[in-house]
Amino acid sequence: MDGFISTYLIPGLIMAGKSVLLLATLLTLIAYLLYADRKVWAAVQMRRGPNVVGPWGLLQSFADFLKFIFKEPIIPSAADKTVFLLAPLASTVLALAAWAVIPVNEGWAVADINVGVLYVFAISSLEVYGVIMGGWASNSKYPFLGALRSAAQMVSYEVSVGFVIITVLLVVGSLNFTDIVLAQTEGLGTMLIPGMPNSFLDWHWLVLFPMFVIFFISALAETNRPPFDLPEAESELVAGFMVEYASTPYLLFMLGEYVAITLMCALTTLLFLGGWLPPVDIAPFNWVPGVVWFVLKVCFVFFMFAMVKAIVPRYRYDQLMRLGWKVFLPLSLAAVAIVAFILQLTGWGGVPVAG
Amino acid sequence: MILKPLFFYLFSLLTIGSALMVIASRNPVHSVLFLILAFFNSAGLFILLGAEFLAMILVVVYVGAVAVLFLFVVMMLDVDFVELRQGFLQYLPVGALVGIILLAELIAVLGGTLLAPDLAGSGAAPIPPVDQMSNIAAIGALLYTKYVYFFQAAGMVLLVAMIGAIVLTLRHKEGVKRQDVSAQVARSPETAVEVVKVETGEGI
Repeated sequence: MDGFISTYLIPGLIMAGKSVLLLATLLTLIAYLLYADRKVWAAVQMRRGPNVVGPWGLLQSFADFLKFIFKEPIIPSAADKTVFLLAPLASTVLALAAWAVIPVNEGWAVADINVGVLYVFAISSLEVYGVIMGGWASNSKYPFLGALRSAAQMVSYEVSVGFVIITVLLVVGSLNFTDIVLAQTEGLGTMLIPGMPNSFLDWHWLVLFPMFVIFFISALAETNRPPFDLPEAESELVAGFMVEYASTPYLLFMLGEYVAITLMCALTTLLFLGGWLPPVDIAPFNWVPGVVWFVLKVCFVFFMFAMVKAIVPRYRYDQLMRLGWKVFLPLSLAAVAIVAFILQLTGWGGVPVAG
Repeated sequence: MILKPLFFYLFSLLTIGSALMVIASRNPVHSVLFLILAFFNSAGLFILLGAEFLAMILVVVYVGAVAVLFLFVVMMLDVDFVELRQGFLQYLPVGALVGIILLAELIAVLGGTLLAPDLAGSGAAPIPPVDQMSNIAAIGALLYTKYVYFFQAAGMVLLVAMIGAIVLTLRHKEGVKRQDVSAQVARSPETAVEVVKVETGEGI
């Protein structure tokens, strides 16, 4: 019995505690990111944005949350009830599940597994199911069209996201997120300028700058953010796959979407912006704990997401497909070949030599 | 180590149950959803075996891409069950044949390991222990050195199949206006606008 407690119970409880802490922090962060999203959008359009609930409207997200909870969930009579309710659950649970392997500081991950990158990639490729199931189960035309668009879009951009991730993995030589961040302690800055401490010049965004741009744009498309929000283009499809949803199921869809967006921001941070590393590794900056830098970087990437939403007009569907298949796919494929070639030729990077 | 068998039975029961539901459920979309559940649980079984890379690839490829296309096709199909049920039995011999072959192969594999237990470990490249080498490195070291030609050949076959499918289904529609980005960008006021002096009351 003693063995059972020390081998299973205590690690299990610690794991559960970590997960709850991560989820609570994440959901609170998302409530304020949502608020920030609306404020940024309003500022660009010279409006005030939410400013009524709480001081400066700070409690707006929580008011919205309560509103959704207390409304009546409506299930269309022709809908496939099980799948209809399963869809929003799947989309939220999957988006949250991917956060299990994201390290917010050195060693601060719920599960620091070897194949972390692949796990996130696998889980985020499943997020399309929430959309397809929701669109099909609603048994209505607009949701179905939205779901079809979304499925095609997410599958298309997953390809280029995958290739971009492969270039980073080639440079690092590991699929573990901690290794990927630690690989960014040395790079272009320390290599070119002797005596330079680890700085933002070492992070992958500079070495792999074209990949960084492709990844950012693909992340927008992958999460159905404007300018690629065709699955829910309100001018054509009312609200796309969410038309028939109300109340808590709708809330779950929205939550899943924002969790997926923050996940993409975190992924950009880890792969390209040095994760929890300080911008310059000297006195005042490296006193700040790494988790603060991580959150700041995630917020910065999210700010860029919000600005794109505010500034760029929506793409047409054929333009979206053209960009994905005819521009990003060849570019990222070529980049994989070029990066692999350079690494093999120069012996840089962490690729293990087969022995 | 009580947890490992527990998870094994959980995953395998769910796999078998959802595989049964794939053929038993009346709605084809539900069938595909159960198929996805079956894939997912087999990925769990792979993880229990220590093959984390295979598990993730199974989810990425089969669940993330193949099953999405399945679902796509099934949702678009207008399946008429009455028509499907007619002549259902005429496929019985073929199905039975495939089933019997599969059963024989399974018996051969399982029976072989039961009769000679040391047979399982005598593969060409046994799985190295996880603590010595991550299995991504193990697969890569094997696939890209010893079996590189087979690997390349498999890639070529897939590429040819893909190009074949595209060539067979590609139709160039006449009379469709397509966007030509370079033509749009190359336009200047001189080529795009014609300034006409119109006399009053005349029209062009």
